[in-house]
Amino acid sequence: MSEFTLVPAGPDTDRYAAAPGDATTRGWAIAATVTDPEVPVLTIADLGVLRKVEQHDGTFVVTITPTYSGCPAMEDIIARIVAAFDAAGLRAEVDTVFRPAWSTDWITPEGRAKLVAYGIAAPHPVTTAPAGDAGTLFVRPAVGCPRCASRQTTLVSEFGSTACKALYRCRRCDEPFDYFKEL
Amino acid sequence: MSTPAPLFTYLLRLGDDNLVLGQQLGALLSRMPELEADIAVANVCLDHLGQARNFLTYAAEVEGAGRDEDQLAMLRDERGFRNAVLMEQPNGDFARTMARQLFVDAYQVPLYEGLSRSTDDRLAGIAEKAAKEARYHLRHSGTWVVRLGDGTAESHCRMQAAIDALWPFTGDLFAADEVEASLVAEGVAVDPASIRPAFDATVGDVLAQAGLRLPEDPYQRIGGRQGLHTELLGHLLPEMQSLYRANPGVEW
Repeated sequence: MSEFTLVPAGPDTDRYAAAPGDATTRGWAIAATVTDPEVPVLTIADLGVLRKVEQHDGTFVVTITPTYSGCPAMEDIIARIVAAFDAAGLRAEVDTVFRPAWSTDWITPEGRAKLVAYGIAAPHPVTTAPAGDAGTLFVRPAVGCPRCASRQTTLVSEFGSTACKALYRCRRCDEPFDYFKEL
Repeated sequence: MSTPAPLFTYLLRLGDDNLVLGQQLGALLSRMPELEADIAVANVCLDHLGQARNFLTYAAEVEGAGRDEDQLAMLRDERGFRNAVLMEQPNGDFARTMARQLFVDAYQVPLYEGLSRSTDDRLAGIAEKAAKEARYHLRHSGTWVVRLGDGTAESHCRMQAAIDALWPFTGDLFAADEVEASLVAEGVAVDPASIRPAFDATVGDVLAQAGLRLPEDPYQRIGGRQGLHTELLGHLLPEMQSLYRANPGVEW
């Protein structure tokens, strides 16, 4: 007998309940199982990419928003959503919207915790510094190391292995790590 | 043949800027002076291509002639492209790549911020997303221009040469015609003259920090918005379009 249980944990139940309407609750729960192919510990619900699930004439319409204009993961995410509904014997269409523009501020607290556990520093809150002000060119957030929590870290590269990450190195534990850059 | 709708032409200008610049940046993959710079150029390239796709997809829908974004990108000839001539200028050395990028970013940040308040919802949505990317690009290009301008005697010299070489191609960015005029009146487009002060301020701040200056010669080579390009676009397009033209309708 396993000591583990399949009953959903509290936070998940809360999240699904937050989606409006009975008909869409099940759809939201299915769409929310889809993970991001580039950061596989996160679901599209954790990321805030999943915006809305509605049901029209037996077809679920899932609305998502891209993280970046050219995010190559979007087509894969769309295919995964359709496949997840198909596996449940349901039909889904995916609608992509640009507004409001996705922000890392939409990543859920669970999502942020998963990121850190995975070794990726979670994004800082988005600041609204006036754009184009050269005074902000060299301002960089102090990023904490996801392994040892030291704030003594160095930016290695503004850009990383995917569009959403920058590369840092910890000066205390000497480990390189990804920072999910605030957007 | 009737004159195309102003919105279609305007979307082509926005899309072609990003498509042509994205193609130029793509040619640099694996050629940058250090690994981090290579990753950066790949990411910036991807953002521009994504923006190009969003603008051109919308352009194709506005045109309503049964063309899609791939056909717009791959089956038009040189005179049909509406990008600013700055975008097609050669990558040159790293200083030139960064000078071109600084001018583009200093232009696109206020442009996209303005367009995110467009009365055209679809355009506003694309721009709101793109504005975030442009701000990040500016941070990158601005940092490099300062680092090279305020670096060694050699890097300063080459950065100044790059500014001098690229500046005469910035005029297109602000050369409005009747296409913008009608759309600005409807609140759809951004009046290029209105973002000139922000562009000048950003470029001025970065160059001041870098110890660089703009050339005194006021000459500007304009015409890209009307399809009058420099020789370089004629070399870039065949390379970009050959696969699609050899395999019409191919998807990847």
